[in-house]
Amino acid sequence: MNLARRDIQHNIGRFVLTTVGLGLLLMVTMGMGGIYRGLVQEATSLVDKMDADFWVVQKNTRGPFAEISRVPVNLEDRVLTVPGVMTSNAFVSHTIQREHRGKPLRITVQGLAWPQDKGSWLPLVSGRSLAQAHYEMIADESLKLHLGEKIKFGKDVYTVVGLTRAMTSPAGDGMAFFTLQDSQAIQFDIPAEAVRLERSARYARAQKMDVGRTSPQTIKRALGSSSQIPALAMPSVSAVVVKVKPGFNPDYVQSVISKWPDVSVYSSQTQRQFLVGGIVARSRRQLGLFRILLIIVSAIIMSLILYTLTIDKLHDIAMLKLIGARNSVILNLIMQQALLLGVLGYAVAYIIGQWVFPLFPRRVVLVPIDLWVLGLIVVAVSIISSMLGIYKALTIEPNEVLA
Amino acid sequence: MNRNSVSSNSLEAESLTKRYGSGHTEVVAVGNVSLNVAKGEIVALLGPSGAGKSTLLTLLGLIRPPDTGRIVIDGKIVFENNRAKVNVRRFRREKLGFVFQKANLIPFLTAFENVRLAMDINDQPAKVSRKRSKELLEYLGVAERAQHLPCKLSGGEQQRVAVARALANSPSLILADEPTAALDSVRGRQVMELFRKVAHEQHAGIIVVTHDHRALDVFDRTIEMEDGKLKR
Ligand SMILES: Nc1ncnc2c1ncn2[C@@H]1O[C@H](COP(=O)(O)OP(=O)(O)OP(=O)(O)O)[C@@H](O)[C@H]1O
Ligand SMILES: [Mg+2]
Repeated sequence: MNLARRDIQHNIGRFVLTTVGLGLLLMVTMGMGGIYRGLVQEATSLVDKMDADFWVVQKNTRGPFAEISRVPVNLEDRVLTVPGVMTSNAFVSHTIQREHRGKPLRITVQGLAWPQDKGSWLPLVSGRSLAQAHYEMIADESLKLHLGEKIKFGKDVYTVVGLTRAMTSPAGDGMAFFTLQDSQAIQFDIPAEAVRLERSARYARAQKMDVGRTSPQTIKRALGSSSQIPALAMPSVSAVVVKVKPGFNPDYVQSVISKWPDVSVYSSQTQRQFLVGGIVARSRRQLGLFRILLIIVSAIIMSLILYTLTIDKLHDIAMLKLIGARNSVILNLIMQQALLLGVLGYAVAYIIGQWVFPLFPRRVVLVPIDLWVLGLIVVAVSIISSMLGIYKALTIEPNEVLA
Repeated sequence: MNRNSVSSNSLEAESLTKRYGSGHTEVVAVGNVSLNVAKGEIVALLGPSGAGKSTLLTLLGLIRPPDTGRIVIDGKIVFENNRAKVNVRRFRREKLGFVFQKANLIPFLTAFENVRLAMDINDQPAKVSRKRSKELLEYLGVAERAQHLPCKLSGGEQQRVAVARALANSPSLILADEPTAALDSVRGRQVMELFRKVAHEQHAGIIVVTHDHRALDVFDRTIEMEDGKLKR
């Protein structure tokens, strides 16, 4: 005959309610850990998925994620000349917020180095990778767009041809993949009037200058499209992503590029550290603090619950002592209830979490090690928080029955 | 003194004293009381309120330590020189049975389990404890209520379950403090007669504190207490 079980059966309603309450509290604690893991995963998912060996960025910046980096498009070709480099692709990424179906839609626009890169490395859940140089996009599920849907960005309409899973920017926005040119068109989309104004300003400037007076052809050119002006810089990209040929020493490639005075080169590992250490670090500390607070709150609440459970039984416990029960009988009664409460609360947390966490706007990732650690903490807290009740129970005199 | 003497007494108490409080508020609840109860003897302990009857019972039951005196139960010195000579918790579960005015049953256990618990905590095998609990409840006429929780039992039924619990480990000494106060006189008398039967059949010493003078014929002997002292 198990006293702890019989007592719970007798007060089943209260016990269930208490367990569910504690479970919800633990679920929040569990969720905090999951949110942190999700944050890291979201932050690093692109770097991890791209699986590049090196990132070449603007000198002394920690771009392209942690801060803005600008490098010329042709850096791509320059990197390709380094012996051992297999691929070298321009990387463009920027976040836009547009209105779609009456709701704000945040998209991180990602350029793919078409035609070498068609996005075949992306984790597609449906549809296909890019098949033409323009007006196609691969969108992440989290953007809630569907296959075949057409969206207008700037002056052009793009069709969703593929859907990915779990591709989010470090800030948690869903990604959409375009060809590099399209992504730049979206980024540098300038209204017609702005273009006209810029051209006439150019024309006016040129007329005042030597070059304008001596070569009227140039002035004429200035009135045309900016891409036809050789002197103007090509639109820049954020970074160049490098893969080394198998069998070649990556350190050599890195040492060559790192000697170039206009760029910095980082390994994917370093890039991950920038993301986790920079963007995520403060959120991580914040969430960590919250978790500790929640665990303390859980512990206090558990102590109170277990204390009141014990106090309610104090008369019975005194009676048990009076008829000669060992302390172990009383200890078991309280401790078993404490552990049962902890374990069931944890189970409730896990089960409800499985159901609730996917509904969270940002990713919640439950990692086995986190679950284990929280489980151990719950067991420890169950034991510690039953101490108050146990102390009370072990110090009560059997003659209190007679009072 | 001869520790190994086989005594025919269930209880031998010598000059027990218990004071509550100190200084101006000091109360001598039990003053120099000596008392013997033979095996198989049932004794009524009478006396006005505040006489010290309950206190005396807690001293004899090793629930409170006396300030002075010596207690021998079933031939074994259990208290002497201000010190318990045995593990009191263990001694209580093995050798003593208690019944109080209130049944004090464990509310989340059935009648049957309440009786069984006394044997379980005394390390009786489950088979034995189950059989004996059933027998005891039958003996006390509450067998058909065995699977009910205490809150579903009448006061008299609860009290009989409490008696069954007190008898569970075949104690050498049973201490009952106004066990029938909550019962009507017929039920009260039944319980008293039951105690008598237990004393005579199982050779236990029984002390019953009672105010019910109508049932005194049940007892082998009556002793009276007043102001903490036994009246001669
Ligand atoms: N815990 C205590 N602290 C202080 N004084 C106490 C305590 N318990 C009992 N007393 C005092 O000791 C004396 C004896 O009390 P006791 O309860 O033994 O009397 P009793 O004979 O059982 O009375 P009743 O018939 O009313 O139950 C009383 O004067 C009482 O006030
Ligand atoms: Mg009394």
